[in-house]
Amino acid sequence: MMQIPCPFCGPRNESEFFYGGPVRPSRPDPAAVNDEDWTAWLTQVPNPLGPVQEHWWHARGCGTWLTIWRDTRTHDVVEAPDDAG
Amino acid sequence: MTQVDRLATGGRIDRSQTLNFTFNGKGYTGFEGDTLASALLANGVRLTARSFKYHRPRGIVGAGVEEPSTLVELMGANASGNCPATTVRLSEGLVAKSVNCWPSLAFDIGALNQLASRFIPAGFYYKTFKWPNWHVYEGPIRKAAGLAAAPSEPPAKGHFESRFGHCDVLVAGAGPAGLMAALTAARAGLRVMIADEGTEAGGSLLSRKLTIGGAPALDWVAQTVAELAALPNVTHLQNATVWGYREHNYLMVTERAPTNPSLLERTWRVRAGHVITATGAIERGLVFGNNDRPGVMLASAVQTYVKRYGVAPGKRAVIFTNNSSAYAVAADLVAAGVKVVAIVDSRETVPEDARAQVPGIEVMAGKVVTEARGARHLRGVAVTAKTGGAARILSCDLLAVSGGWNPTVHLWSQSRSSLRYDAALATFLPDIPAQAISAAGAATGDLTLNDALRSGAEAAAHVAGCDTPDIPEAPDLPYAVDPLWRVETSTGKAFLDLQNDVTVDDVHLALREGYSNVEHVKRYTTGGMGIDQGKTGNLNIIGTVALAQGIGMDQVGTTTFRAPYTPVSFGAIGGLREDTVALPYRHTPITEWNLAQGAVMYESGARWRRPGYFPRAGEGLQEATNRECRAVRERVGVYDGSPLGTVELKGRDVGRFLDYLYTNVMSSLKPGRGRYGLMLSDDGLIMDDGVCFRLDAHRWIISTSTGHADAINGHLEEMLQTRFPDWNVFITPVTSQWNNATICGPKAREVMAALGTDIDLAPEAFPFMSVRDGVVAGLPARVVRVSFTGELSFEVNVAPRHMRALWAKVMEAGQPFGILPVGSEASHVLRVEKGFLSLGHEVDGTVDAHDLGMGWVMSKKKADHLGKRAVQIRRDGTGPRRELVGVIPEPDCQIPEGAPLTPGGGREETEGFVTACVWSVVQDRWVGLALLENGHARHGDTAHVRLKGGEVIPVRVTPPCHYDPDGAKLRS
Ligand SMILES: [Zn+2]
Repeated sequence: MMQIPCPFCGPRNESEFFYGGPVRPSRPDPAAVNDEDWTAWLTQVPNPLGPVQEHWWHARGCGTWLTIWRDTRTHDVVEAPDDAG
Repeated sequence: MTQVDRLATGGRIDRSQTLNFTFNGKGYTGFEGDTLASALLANGVRLTARSFKYHRPRGIVGAGVEEPSTLVELMGANASGNCPATTVRLSEGLVAKSVNCWPSLAFDIGALNQLASRFIPAGFYYKTFKWPNWHVYEGPIRKAAGLAAAPSEPPAKGHFESRFGHCDVLVAGAGPAGLMAALTAARAGLRVMIADEGTEAGGSLLSRKLTIGGAPALDWVAQTVAELAALPNVTHLQNATVWGYREHNYLMVTERAPTNPSLLERTWRVRAGHVITATGAIERGLVFGNNDRPGVMLASAVQTYVKRYGVAPGKRAVIFTNNSSAYAVAADLVAAGVKVVAIVDSRETVPEDARAQVPGIEVMAGKVVTEARGARHLRGVAVTAKTGGAARILSCDLLAVSGGWNPTVHLWSQSRSSLRYDAALATFLPDIPAQAISAAGAATGDLTLNDALRSGAEAAAHVAGCDTPDIPEAPDLPYAVDPLWRVETSTGKAFLDLQNDVTVDDVHLALREGYSNVEHVKRYTTGGMGIDQGKTGNLNIIGTVALAQGIGMDQVGTTTFRAPYTPVSFGAIGGLREDTVALPYRHTPITEWNLAQGAVMYESGARWRRPGYFPRAGEGLQEATNRECRAVRERVGVYDGSPLGTVELKGRDVGRFLDYLYTNVMSSLKPGRGRYGLMLSDDGLIMDDGVCFRLDAHRWIISTSTGHADAINGHLEEMLQTRFPDWNVFITPVTSQWNNATICGPKAREVMAALGTDIDLAPEAFPFMSVRDGVVAGLPARVVRVSFTGELSFEVNVAPRHMRALWAKVMEAGQPFGILPVGSEASHVLRVEKGFLSLGHEVDGTVDAHDLGMGWVMSKKKADHLGKRAVQIRRDGTGPRRELVGVIPEPDCQIPEGAPLTPGGGREETEGFVTACVWSVVQDRWVGLALLENGHARHGDTAHVRLKGGEVIPVRVTPPCHYDPDGAKLRS
């Protein structure tokens, strides 16, 4: 059970959150990319061994979608949201 | 003859309280304070179990959680399987039986396995029972070889509970090191939790005769426990095992005997600032021929039975050891009046301080036991020089073995902290912490009492940032060991893992067959699995592998330590979260009314309870459903549409936000008007369908399907917060803020008029797909003209507090028109007749809006919306698509939902399937919907359903809509 730093609520149990997946590059303009690039953006999700930036939704709390850096080897939250206490 | 082996004095038992208990059908007595194991030994019971694979006779080996041999099944109200007898606290009326003992302990048919044992090597099951597949054999094998059956009933009395705990320091273990650590941290003002698996604090001190500060060690224990109890910043749990160590210092602790009498067990989920594992050490066994005979026990267990329980587990004892700790055991045995024949010590040189413990007893240095003798019970041991040679037979009925000590590193390892092999102590020790954790006492290799007290104090002082307090004087016999992983000259089966019947030969076989990694050895031989998880044998397995491969212990390494440390009941993990407490039902305000009408209630997604149908006397499902459908088609019906998900959106940017989410344009809606829409995910799959209404310039309301309401709310929040954080949109789920009665049927307008409303109901004033706020039947209401049945419909929404009043008024006003309540069965028929979609029926991960004949919903005007590009890419691909069609079975018959369609009904690859089939009251026959390859081009053709038995049903392919195709009725 990880402890996730919410910028609004402080450190809270993982069970209060929904996992939102790794942060991908921002969505390209569909009119400006070819099929391959679009499909790559759609289907290729970062999956590093080590720190990964990811979204979590504090669904059973304040409702904030937040972003942390988590080390996939250790579960250490290596970087909290800027304004998390 | 009762309690023949109970010593006249001594032990931490209450001899004034006699307890009656039954073991394998025979009655015995013990005392308050006994375990089942100590009481059995006190009664002279030595043969207590049969082994897992070979059904060899087994006895009690340990005295605590390490017990590998005697597993019992507890009977009665709180039945439980697979309990080590050493951890079962004796209670009045306890009934237990040993597992693996059919038909009886003394005559065991499974022992025939033993005669065939050379045919049951490691990996036997994997190799033998694989044709045609394992499941053919699984049942009988589990019965023959398995452990106890799971209880058939939940506990008769009491319940389980969960709670959270928070502390600065969690101390696991209340032995000398744990108590010293807790005391130091508590005195420094930290919030301390200390949890210990034993029935009382003290750990190893309960079994040993030692002093602290010149007084009996247990006096110090009592004083320390009393001081901790008086401190407000300390929570002390006994009978509580810390069994799981998760990420971010989150620990699982289960209390087995909470003080509340109605509680069976309580599980704490503890977030600890720091953890100190003071979990002690567990003694290893020694590996020689027939080392599993009843009467061969761990030396520390013998000491525990003598000192803590006042029981003599034998009359003539031999000690077999490779270290000094067993000499104190010998001294305790002598003091208890047990004859100690000799100490067999594999070390060439025995330290003088060890010899000094046992004056007058023969010490056989440099010798080993090669074989235990006796059939069902130990009669003697054969002793030779370590290098072999002539054996000397020592007659005995008890062999106390000590293979050295393993720090209990389970929690340490679960925290992902590393271990290192220590050659001097011949064991693995905690090395580098991965979380906020430290180890103290025997758990970190400080195996003598003075060292344990010191390391407990130091660990806590380090956390508290205070000076290490002075440690009281606590003399102890120094520990010295020479590893002896197995007796290489032994004869007969030499067991490494008693619980799983894994021998030295099995490990050698695994290595010969190429399973050389210690994790592979474990899985191939099953050594180290089971209830005890190899607590006494694992290191000997590692040593056996190291010897065979000629490599060091550190190169072999350990297998992974996983939670739980000891078995945990499912109830303790679940706590109160069972049945509807775990997953509560959702009800609308008219549930009681529905039940009073005799409704058969369904779960209709997202745990909403809805009426399925309202049978009258003599009616079944089909008759009631037909009656309800006819009411809607011919007169008027009403259903409670409250569970449908509803979300309100407010703000300047809602229009463009909705345009991004839906496939069609919503921003162009005029206030008061609505539109049906599809939501796609960005990979082009249909997430949900529903209607979207604009209430005013900046306020919108959307509906979602019942089961997707939570997911869609999450989706909206995700899109807004992660993609458009600066857009002015506020999202509020309002499903439970509105309830509705949806009045539908050709007479719906008359019923609305009869209810009385200030809303102009004329079709031109209040057209289809529009919304009006007003007063209906005297109640403030929002009325929506939307239809999920294909009939003229008014969805009358009110606040929940008005729902029951509204419903009563609708039934009253509708009575002259023959109104009927409609359940979800009829709703399903009505939507199939209309060819309306149902997510999960017609919509799966393969179809898109075009396949569903809804290309019109895919906006061509918008440059982009979620899923647009992915749908284009898919449609540019080749191959036929499955498209939504209607199907009419010919001859008229019901087709099971999901039935496949194959070309010509042949035994070929499917070209689609039937998504729904209902009795249509308007067609007076069965009609259905199907997804069919190139279906749009096949209207009028015949397709073929092929059922499982090979039966073929021809179906006529039609457009999906079986009723009122131009929609005149729903727009009326
Ligand atoms: Zn929050």
